[in-house]
Amino acid sequence: MSAVTDASAGPTPISGPIGRRMKRKEDPRLITGRGNYVDDMVLPGMLYMALVRADVAHAKIRSIDKSAAEAREGIYAVLTGEDIGVGAPLPMVWVPPGVEVKTPEHWPLARGEVNHVGDPVAVIVGADKYGVVDALADVVVEYDELPAVIDPEKALEDGAPLVHEDLGTNKTHEWALGGGDIDAAMSEADVVVERRIVNHRTAGAAIEPRGCIADWRADSVTLWTSTQIPHLVRLFLAGEIGLSEEKIRVVAPEVGGGFGSKLNHYAEEVLACYLSRHLGRPVKWLETRSENLATTTHGRDLIAYCKMGFKSDGTITGFHTKIVADLGAYYQLLTPFIPCFAAFVMSGCYKIPAVQTDIVGVFTNKFATDAVRGAGRPEATHAIEVMMDQGAAELGLDPLEVRRKNFIPKEDFPAEVAVGVIYDSGDYHGTLDRLLEHVDMDAFRREQEELRSQGVYRGIGFSTYVEICGLAPSRVVGPSGVGIQGGFWESAVVRVHPSGAATVFTGSSPHGQGHETGFAQIVAEKLGIEPEQVEVIHGDTDTGPFGMGTYGSRTLSVGGEAAGRAAMKVQDKAKKLAAHLLEAAPEDIELSGGRYQVKGSPDKGLPLGDIALAAYVPENIPEGMEPGLEETSFYDPENFVWPFGAHAAVVDVDIDTGKVEVSRYVAVDDCGRAINPLLIEGQVHGGIAHAIGQALFEQVVYNDEGQLVTGTFVDYALPTAAELPSFETDRTETPSPVNELGVKGVGEAGTIAATPTMVNAVIDALRPLGVTYMNMPLTPMRVWQAIQEAQGGGSGPRSTEQGRQTDEHGSGSAGSGPASPAEGGDS
Amino acid sequence: MIPAEFDYAAPESLDDAISTLSQGGDGAKLIAGGHSLLPLMKLRFASPSLLVSLGKVPGLAGIERSNGGFKIGAMTRHAEVAAESDLGVMAHAAGLVADQQVRNRGTIGGSISHGDSAGDPPTVFLAAEGSVTAKGPNGEREIAATDMFKSYLTTAVAPDEVVTSVYIPALEGFGWGYEKFVRRSEDWAMVGVCALVKSNGGTCEDVRVALTHMGATPLRASATEEALRGQSLSPESIAAAAEQAAEGTNPPGDLNATPDYKKHLARVLTRRALTAAIAR
Amino acid sequence: MAENVRVNVTVNGESREADVEPRLLLVHYLRDNLGLTGTHIGCDTSNCGACTVLLDGESVKSCTVLAVQADGCDVKTIEGMAPAGNGALHPIQEAFWEHHGLQCGYCTPGMIMAAADLLERNPNPTEEEVRHGLEGNLCRCTGYHNIVKAVMAAAESMGSAKGVSA
Repeated sequence: MSAVTDASAGPTPISGPIGRRMKRKEDPRLITGRGNYVDDMVLPGMLYMALVRADVAHAKIRSIDKSAAEAREGIYAVLTGEDIGVGAPLPMVWVPPGVEVKTPEHWPLARGEVNHVGDPVAVIVGADKYGVVDALADVVVEYDELPAVIDPEKALEDGAPLVHEDLGTNKTHEWALGGGDIDAAMSEADVVVERRIVNHRTAGAAIEPRGCIADWRADSVTLWTSTQIPHLVRLFLAGEIGLSEEKIRVVAPEVGGGFGSKLNHYAEEVLACYLSRHLGRPVKWLETRSENLATTTHGRDLIAYCKMGFKSDGTITGFHTKIVADLGAYYQLLTPFIPCFAAFVMSGCYKIPAVQTDIVGVFTNKFATDAVRGAGRPEATHAIEVMMDQGAAELGLDPLEVRRKNFIPKEDFPAEVAVGVIYDSGDYHGTLDRLLEHVDMDAFRREQEELRSQGVYRGIGFSTYVEICGLAPSRVVGPSGVGIQGGFWESAVVRVHPSGAATVFTGSSPHGQGHETGFAQIVAEKLGIEPEQVEVIHGDTDTGPFGMGTYGSRTLSVGGEAAGRAAMKVQDKAKKLAAHLLEAAPEDIELSGGRYQVKGSPDKGLPLGDIALAAYVPENIPEGMEPGLEETSFYDPENFVWPFGAHAAVVDVDIDTGKVEVSRYVAVDDCGRAINPLLIEGQVHGGIAHAIGQALFEQVVYNDEGQLVTGTFVDYALPTAAELPSFETDRTETPSPVNELGVKGVGEAGTIAATPTMVNAVIDALRPLGVTYMNMPLTPMRVWQAIQEAQGGGSGPRSTEQGRQTDEHGSGSAGSGPASPAEGGDS
Repeated sequence: MIPAEFDYAAPESLDDAISTLSQGGDGAKLIAGGHSLLPLMKLRFASPSLLVSLGKVPGLAGIERSNGGFKIGAMTRHAEVAAESDLGVMAHAAGLVADQQVRNRGTIGGSISHGDSAGDPPTVFLAAEGSVTAKGPNGEREIAATDMFKSYLTTAVAPDEVVTSVYIPALEGFGWGYEKFVRRSEDWAMVGVCALVKSNGGTCEDVRVALTHMGATPLRASATEEALRGQSLSPESIAAAAEQAAEGTNPPGDLNATPDYKKHLARVLTRRALTAAIAR
Repeated sequence: MAENVRVNVTVNGESREADVEPRLLLVHYLRDNLGLTGTHIGCDTSNCGACTVLLDGESVKSCTVLAVQADGCDVKTIEGMAPAGNGALHPIQEAFWEHHGLQCGYCTPGMIMAAADLLERNPNPTEEEVRHGLEGNLCRCTGYHNIVKAVMAAAESMGSAKGVSA
């Protein structure tokens, strides 16, 4: 393992493109405003689409009067659910073997009833972008309201109103993953720590809202859509709009962020295609931010009842978690699977002999949850890392010592954990040691005490994490494995041009990650050219191989690996051709310094350009060799990859107001071998900020009537630069044995690690005041209320994690929500 | 995102603005910086049929000394007010409004006429006991701050009047503090407190405390003022006076704050604002 | 039906005239009427700042300005930041590129325009002043770390450029 920091070049000098801290090839167009996002495109004759949406959470549709809208000048179509005939409902692709998942039908427009605020009931298409918005108010919908199901635990009680009458229950499914004897583990424990840990609902909130343009021409359609999965969208559309796949082209143009919320297929994509065919003209749809917060997938939203058994010396005997997951009213692509994904990493970094995770999903009258940056693993890591601190406190032990005591040691890798997955490589002691080189704990504790005596409440919190990514080995997650109806390989075509430059076509689909740079570095190194000579083409189902898209930190470990393998196939052929041209044996050719040369005789060598020309003007190529220089790879990983790290947050809490300020954030991450350290840091920064956002600021809140309280960016509070510190980042490099590149993935790591650092830090700051436990979000009011409660004082109606208000004793008041059990105590 | 349709006029004199506004009837509304009105219109919470812009009316922007105080043209942007440090607490509060882009457009006259209790300039205006000059078809008049804020988003300015300037008195001898408590720096105040204190040898000769976002309008914390007037300006008496900051208030709760928490914040911020005012 | 209003705006140095609906937002005028799609829309409540342009030299959120309000004004968008021709870049653009101050690029034009105003007002800002100066611009990708770094670097290069030419 080589140790590198973000500032230095590290002990091993970087010579080739791989590892180079190069600035991005995609930036010139983006910094000059020449990026081409969906809304930037205009097609001749283009019409605009807008949706009439339910303003109630749960109701039967009594009537829809379209007449005034239809009569409006410039309006070309007003259609409802009954008018739109599609061949298939919106897909949910998880079919776990042996597990029943109650699945409601989910059509692009509501049919007969609406089940969440924002549920689309009619679609309008018109010539004028502003005029269609005016027409929305013309459509008169009458509803017969039904009770709104909002609290997931109440929804599971007998006699609770049902979201879907025809399904007979609000329980979506039950699923479990475990290993070892959990009951024995708990009886062997000296102390069993129990907590009710809430991971509240958040939004993806990419700065570019969703949008699409459908252009149906005679017997084929092109859909430009802001998506993370263009090839998969094409596959789904084929069934929905009744057109064979090869006649559908889906293009992801420049995509302004995704964070999982665009790893999906949405109603509007189907509707735009349908209407473009219906009207014979291109149809554009863009969501407003208000629509985005209401009807683009939410994330998280689960309640975890955690039980961790400890010996008095801090050794963990077992970890049992029961999760109640609030999934919303309908499913999007992976909705019921996401909380289950958490179960795969419930061991964390630790040797835990028995781990059991039981999940129950619940329907509520809200929009669907689905993958949001981390997709299940932030929830797992939050639970584990908070429990580690809680256990340490109960045992009277140092939280870092408890972690060390239980870490899987470096020598044990590849390490199979209780639930049966195999972590590829790791050095958890290493990253924690490195973190502590940046954080002097003795000095901190002295400073903390000093500040406390001055009335300043400073705290430090840690999180040591491992995460599962590089989605995914197909046989593990596929139909007979976990049950996802798909493969999780990735594809690449590497095409060398006669001049010796190259183009990479990838099935990967970036939305800010820097594929055009990172993949260029990989391929350039394998081909012996420079990244400046490699173009990366992505996101267009017409121009490249079928691919699974970008999410789950799979860009490098799966997509980059595929590109690397395709490039190696090209290298092999180039070597054979070079050997032929140089009259040597293929095994005597090496690629060195940009030349394919005879080992030991560097004067006998050729650059790739010469070899390419020879391949395309095939006067002199070996017998049986095809002309051309282009290769394809479909790479299916053998295993997931497991990045890991150690983070620390220092916070200052104003105990009079409850406001938390992050004064320092230090992150040591190991994502295996670095392809481009600049890109790695950027992903870590963004991931941390995303998690701090959830921990302190962001919350999706539905009130008891199912109205979305956090409907705009006024209330859904993304942090600004003023709320965040600069981050101190460092890295270790423990290569992954799973792929040839040795990479592990880093896109979600920051988000996975950081929420528990925040909670642990605030609790550390407030322990002297008697606060021993808190759930997120750590809003000023909730922090202040926790302090009041710990001090025995009143704090008026309390705010729950779901944003509703209860009185101190937990029963409803002031028109607000249901009982909320005391923080951290019995369930 | 898209406002409903409306007509637009950009008169080039104050008298034209007044007559256009009158002729426009009930559906006519003035637009200054537009950063209170346009966001409401874009969400279709407001749909005036005619917008009368003050953007081309000359002589409505600028800051000048007047009667020892300051006469600030109604169209003066928050950014300009913020840059005029002689304006003391009003400059400080203007500099806390939203973000730079909003401050470059939003105006002091617009903010005070809009009368949002969550805004910062109205609170300071109330504490400073300023006044506005409003001109309408029937002539010009002064409206004192104490008469200005009637109820939620409703001020004493008549629908056919144009606020032309804002007067902030000299505030000679007053130290000031403005404490704005926010989730994020660009947010409206969850609660804000403006304190003006005139000290006479360590005793409170006069004090004004006004509250942001503690009711339908900006409010004076009169119980605190009474408790402190004439008292020594010791930390103890400040704390005791601040304890009464929420007396008589009935703040509505919202996503970020229950009424009890708001009242608590009012007390904490009042103590801090008073402490800052004395230090100045 | 509302009457259209004639507007004359100078955009990136070019004089433009049009008859527009009064309710046309400046951001839509720039994007849809003039084809300057570098200015982006990210919200509907004037929070995100992706639409930031310079109006008479000052940063504004163009989604909260009516095109008709810009009559007689000077507008500069991201497309007007680089000196014309030959691919040269404004120092702020260079700095964003150098320091990886962008990922998906969607907030970037607004962020660069806001930075331009910030540095005009305060050519030598501290990190804290940069962070507060950009409080009107949301980014979901970068965590702001490299954006702040880029703006500080731009301040330095613009400051030293001034020193050289003095």
